[in-house]
Amino acid sequence: MPAETTPAAADDVDPRSLAEVPAEPGAAKPDPILVVDSVVRRFGGLRAVDVDHLEVQRGVITALIGPNGAGKTTLFNLLTGFDKASAGSWSFDGHPTHSLPAYKVARLGMVRTFQLTRVLARLTVLENMRIAAVGQRGERLARAMVAPLWRAQEREVTERAMALLDRFGLAAMCDEFAGSLSGGQRKLLEMARALMVEPRLVMLDEPMAGVNPALKQSLLAHVKSLRDEGMSVLFVEHDMDMVRDISDWVVVMAQGALVAEGPPESVMADERVIDAYLGAHHDVSLETVEAEIADETDEELAADD
Amino acid sequence: MDWSSMVGGSLQQALGAPAIIYCLAAIGLNVHFGYTGLLNFGQAGFMAVAGYALASLVATWGMSFWVGLVVGLALSVVLALLLGIPTLRLRADYLAIVTIAAAEIIRQTIGSVTLLRYFGGQDGLQQFVGTFQGLNPFHNSVTIGITTWRPYDFWLLVVGWTVVALCCIVVYLLMRSPWGRVLKAIREDEDAVRSLGKNVYAYKMQSLVIGGLIGALAGFMSALQNSSIVPSQFATDTTFFAYTVLLVGGAARVLGPVVGALIFWFLITFLDAFFGDATQGAHPLIPTWIMSNDQASVMRLIVMGLALMLLMIFRPQGIFGDRRELAIDAR
Ligand SMILES: Nc1ncnc2c1ncn2[C@@H]1O[C@H](COP(=O)(O)OP(=O)(O)O)[C@@H](O)[C@H]1O
Ligand SMILES: [Mg+2]
Repeated sequence: MPAETTPAAADDVDPRSLAEVPAEPGAAKPDPILVVDSVVRRFGGLRAVDVDHLEVQRGVITALIGPNGAGKTTLFNLLTGFDKASAGSWSFDGHPTHSLPAYKVARLGMVRTFQLTRVLARLTVLENMRIAAVGQRGERLARAMVAPLWRAQEREVTERAMALLDRFGLAAMCDEFAGSLSGGQRKLLEMARALMVEPRLVMLDEPMAGVNPALKQSLLAHVKSLRDEGMSVLFVEHDMDMVRDISDWVVVMAQGALVAEGPPESVMADERVIDAYLGAHHDVSLETVEAEIADETDEELAADD
Repeated sequence: MDWSSMVGGSLQQALGAPAIIYCLAAIGLNVHFGYTGLLNFGQAGFMAVAGYALASLVATWGMSFWVGLVVGLALSVVLALLLGIPTLRLRADYLAIVTIAAAEIIRQTIGSVTLLRYFGGQDGLQQFVGTFQGLNPFHNSVTIGITTWRPYDFWLLVVGWTVVALCCIVVYLLMRSPWGRVLKAIREDEDAVRSLGKNVYAYKMQSLVIGGLIGALAGFMSALQNSSIVPSQFATDTTFFAYTVLLVGGAARVLGPVVGALIFWFLITFLDAFFGDATQGAHPLIPTWIMSNDQASVMRLIVMGLALMLLMIFRPQGIFGDRRELAIDAR
């Protein structure tokens, strides 16, 4: 375990292990949990993902950024077994996982959430949590009908689920249908549910999208706490403030390929990154855009987007 | 108009073999569709395979009734695997297409002239219920209220509803377990379930097999009902009637199919008797310029169709469904 997992230093975690890593695309990490090699995904003529080499460091928060259509979600889908790569290989914690189905990837400890939340609408919030526990005896058909065989375990699962719901502020809603939650609450539930699987790497696809500012703060704190508990986090995000605030390392994708990598401060000043964003979308709050806006304070509200 | 005989006749159907057959078929579909979200449009195929396995093993090959039952169940498992292996990894609609086609293929094959020696073609098979009849403890007609049952029919009724009760208990026990929770989750969003480390394909297959086995029990009842079996008992509308029964009672409710079957068979028999009566005689209740006696026979289906439409519009969760679930836009 790397040194930065000590819970005391929640905010100013210094990923010492990354200090020596050169800020260039495909840089090798001292203790990678995920290693990706020459992965390509074509959709017809489009190379949606074309990544030569990527390593994700264990025990830190890595942000994956890039303009819309850069291939971030597609890369997530490939790595988690939800899509098939045209070519390439990758391994999670030493296990080659490129040919595994999604459920086996999840069982190995690499659990993802979805850009568009996927709560189980007509199950209660608590059932959404319970189902995510792995190794449940009562999930075997042969034992399902005999409740005494699984009741004790179900109690443990419920306890763990309630503790997590409590932590994510959803305990009061445990008996509501998940479909009745707000967008932000669904994001929270999905993250909490992913934790029920007891993952080692959590992959969050735009956890902040559509979440109101109040909830954003609590989501931020939750993501940080994952790292403090020793989990590795890889997340896709558009909100640059959030990326700067919580990530230890930033990977930038554009048009399917990695264009830059490095600590947040240096990456956001990188020409290639700014080009990637401004080339595609002008409404992204990068530092330069923010600087521009700051210059024209009076017209701030009238600014684009 | 003889109301008491109309009500009595309708009750007879609602409590007797027809309702039991469709109730069992619908319990199977409830496992498939109500709990797992699998669109099996070939329940009649499972019924046909099991019913014909029983009838032909006894009548054609001279085996015992019990061997027929066991082989019927085994073949319905085989059918579930054959249907599921190629389709359950694909989108939901593939299963629907494959099952509806498979059920028709089975029915046409069984009724074909080529296999006349084994399955009796369109005339089907008789003389295979001896063992079942021999077990009948009732020797006189049984009268309950305004219904009267012949001994064999009453025996069928007792056995049939016992089987229904056992199936309901099994479904109840399964669906309250963590296993059942996975099925319901698959119905809601199978990708989410995959992302949580569950082998969705295996669960869908188990669901298909269990629902198919219950469909096989419906096939046995169908064969025993008239002590004979013909291919037309397993036409596509059999499956759709079973779906109607399920939707009337309410999908994903343990007792939904039971309530649905009682209501469906009571209404459809009652409407038939009513329109038949009302168009009969020299001075019919419904004048001949509205409809003739011949036309009246399809009225029951028209009215049932209309009722089903109204039900889906005003109470889509069925009689037993939970209103809260409706408030949720599922996706
Ligand atoms: N199933 C698909 N079929 C065809 N093209 C796709 C599909 N999924 C994604 N794409 C294309 O691949 C590119 C990358 O998409 P995506 O991974 O969703 O980007 P991001 O998540 O970075 O916004 C986009 O140009 C998108 O249109
Ligand atoms: Mg995306």
